[in-house]
Amino acid sequence: MEILVLLKQVPATESMIAIADDGVSIKRDGLKYVINPYDELAVEEALKIREAQGGAVTILSVGPAKAVEAIRTGLAMGADKGLLVDPGDLKCDGLAVARILAAAIKDTPYDLIVAGHRAVDDDNFQVGPAVAELLGIPNVSMVVEEAVAEGAITCTCTVEGGTKVVQVPLPALITTQRGLNEPRYASLPGIMKAKKKPLDTKSLADFGLTDADLQPKTIVRALRLPPERAAGRIIEGDTVQAKVTQLVKALHEEAKVI
Amino acid sequence: MTILVIAEQVDGVFRKVSFEALSAARKLGSEVDAVVLGSGIEAVAAELGQYGAAKIWVADDAALSEYTVEGYTQALAEIIGQINPEVVIVGATTQGKELSARLSARLNAALATDCVAVRMDGDQVVADRPMYGGKVLAEVVLGGTPAIVALRPNVVAAEAAPAAGVVEKVAVQAGEVWTRITGKQLETGKIDLTEAEVVVSGGRGMGGDDYSAIEALAQSLGAAVGASRSAVDEGWRPVTDQVGQTGKTVSPNLYIACGISGAIQHLAGMSSSKVIVAINKDPEAPIFLKADYGIVGDLFEVVPALTEEVKKLKG
Ligand SMILES: Cc1cc2nc3c(=O)[nH]c(=O)nc-3n(C[C@H](O)[C@H](O)[C@H](O)COP(=O)(O)OP(=O)(O)OC[C@H]3O[C@@H](n4cnc5c(N)ncnc54)[C@H](O)[C@@H]3O)c2cc1C
Ligand SMILES: Nc1ncnc2c1ncn2[C@@H]1O[C@H](COP(=O)(O)O)[C@@H](O)[C@H]1O
Repeated sequence: MEILVLLKQVPATESMIAIADDGVSIKRDGLKYVINPYDELAVEEALKIREAQGGAVTILSVGPAKAVEAIRTGLAMGADKGLLVDPGDLKCDGLAVARILAAAIKDTPYDLIVAGHRAVDDDNFQVGPAVAELLGIPNVSMVVEEAVAEGAITCTCTVEGGTKVVQVPLPALITTQRGLNEPRYASLPGIMKAKKKPLDTKSLADFGLTDADLQPKTIVRALRLPPERAAGRIIEGDTVQAKVTQLVKALHEEAKVI
Repeated sequence: MTILVIAEQVDGVFRKVSFEALSAARKLGSEVDAVVLGSGIEAVAAELGQYGAAKIWVADDAALSEYTVEGYTQALAEIIGQINPEVVIVGATTQGKELSARLSARLNAALATDCVAVRMDGDQVVADRPMYGGKVLAEVVLGGTPAIVALRPNVVAAEAAPAAGVVEKVAVQAGEVWTRITGKQLETGKIDLTEAEVVVSGGRGMGGDDYSAIEALAQSLGAAVGASRSAVDEGWRPVTDQVGQTGKTVSPNLYIACGISGAIQHLAGMSSSKVIVAINKDPEAPIFLKADYGIVGDLFEVVPALTEEVKKLKG
C-alpha cells in the first residue's frame, strides 16, 4: 500500500488568537504550532495500515518553510518520507490548496490518501473532498473505523444522529474523525531516525503551477474577535431549591429562553 | 439574481436548516429556487414553497435514493449548470459540508463553509464564518459564479413565506457511483446537537457514564445532550456528542454546562450560544467567567432540582 497523508501545521488549540495589524490575518509571533489534530489521526492510521499491509507512508503539506517541523514530527512518528510545497507569497484558499496537493499527487503512485476532516485553523472542511474530486477518486468523510481488503476500504463514519458504514474501491481518500485511533508519540529513536528520512521542499513552479492558476476565490476581507462574554451572575441562595427557583425564573422572565 | 438552495431531506423529512437556508436566500436575491434530490420525494418537495422557493427542482431517481457524495455532486453539477444561479446555499450539516467541498472543486467555485451570516455588499457575496473553532469571526468575499455558502444550522430563523413553489422534475445522471452503503445506525427522534435550541452538556464532573440526570434535564427542556472532550475520552459519551474546537460548534439559545471547567477548546465550541448557564462545584472554574448565570454546587443535587423546577414551569 502506498499511502499519502495530507498534513497541515496549525496553531495549537490552546492558543489565544489575536488579530494582526493588517486586520485580515492573525498575530503569529509566540504561537505554538502543532500538527492539525485530525492530521495526527491521519498519520497514525496510515502507519497502522502500513504495519498490517506493508508499503510506505508519504506526508504531503502545503505551507511555509516552518511547516517542515510538522512533517518532521510525522516522520518521527514513523512515516517514510515527506514533501512540502511552499506556495511562497501566494495566499491560498481551500480550493487552491487542494489544487496544489492534487498537482503534487498526480504523478505519485498511491492506493490511499488520508486527510483530516478539517484543519482547526481555517475550519474549511474542504480540502479532502476537493482533492478527491480533482483526482477523480472516491472520498469518505469523518471516518472512525476502517478496514482495507481486496482493493476496497470499508469505513464507519459519523453522521447526524449516528454512524453509517460505506465501502469504496481504492484508490480513495478518507478523512479522519476523533475516535479513529490514539496517535502515538514520536519516540526518541524515532526522532533521531526522522532526521535522515527524505524530506523535499518544492515550489509551485516545480509542478507547472502559476499564481494565476491559483488565485483565491474566497478571500478574507476582515477578521473580528467575537464579542467578549462578560461574566454573568452567580445565583446565590441558602438552598439548592432556592437557587434553581431563581435560575428558572431568570431564564424564563429575564433571558426568555425557556 | 438567482439563489439556489440545496435542501436536505432524510426519509422524506426536510432538515430544519433547509428552511433556514431559504430564509437566508430570500434576503439575498430576487429569485429563490430550491433543489432536492432523492427517490420518492416529489410529494414532500412542495413544502419548500412554504419558505419562499419559487421553483423547486426535483431530481427523483432510484440512484439518488441514498446520499453518495459523488452521485449528488454529479447530479447537482448538472442542475446548477442548467439554472446558473449566482449563489448556492446548502445547510452545513455533515452531508452539506462534504457535498459543498466536492462541488466547489467540480465547479471551480468559491466556498465558505459553516457561515453564520450571508449578505450582498453591492454585487459581492459576503459571508461571516468562524475560524479557529470560533475564536475569530472572518468576513469573507466569495468571487465568481456560483458562490457556494454552507450555512450553519440554527443561526438564521426559518420564516414561513409562501411562494409559488412550482415543482419541476429534472432528469439527471448520478454518473458512476463508487460508494456502497452497507450499514446505518441512526438514533431516530434524537435532536441533533447542532440543530438543537437548547443543549445540556456534561463533563468530567459527571464522574462516570451515568448521564441520567443530564438526560432528564434535557428531556424537560426538549434539549440535545452534549459532552466535553474529557467525557468522550473517558468513554462515557460518543464522539458525536463532543462540543468544542475539535468537536461540534453549537449556538443554541441556551447552553447548560454541568461539571465542565471551561477549557479554551470547549469554550470555542459553545461561546456563541445566546445564554450560557454553568453548574460547577468549584467557584473558581473558568466557565463562570463566560456564563450568564452560574450555580456553584454539586451537579447531582442541582441538576435534578432544576429538572423538577423546569417541569413545574412547563406544567
Ligand atoms: C488538541 C486538543 C483539542 C481539544 N478539543 C476539545 C474539544 O473540542 N472540546 C472539549 O470540551 N475539550 C477539548 N479539549 C480538552 C480541553 O483542553 C479540556 O481538557 C476539557 O475540555 C476538560 O473537560 P471537562 O471540563 O469536562 O473536565 P475538567 O477540566 O476536569 O473539569 C471538570 C469540572 O467538573 C467540576 N465538577 C466535578 N465534580 C462536580 C460535581 N459533582 N458537581 C459539579 N461540578 C463538578 C470540577 O470543578 C471541574 O471544573 C482539547 C484538548 C486538546 C489538547
Ligand atoms: N496546507 C495544507 N497542506 C496539506 N494538507 C492540508 C492543507 N490544508 C488542509 N489540508 C488537509 O485537508 C484537511 C481539511 O482541511 P480544511 O479543508 O482546510 O479544513 C486537513 O485536515 C488536512 O488533511
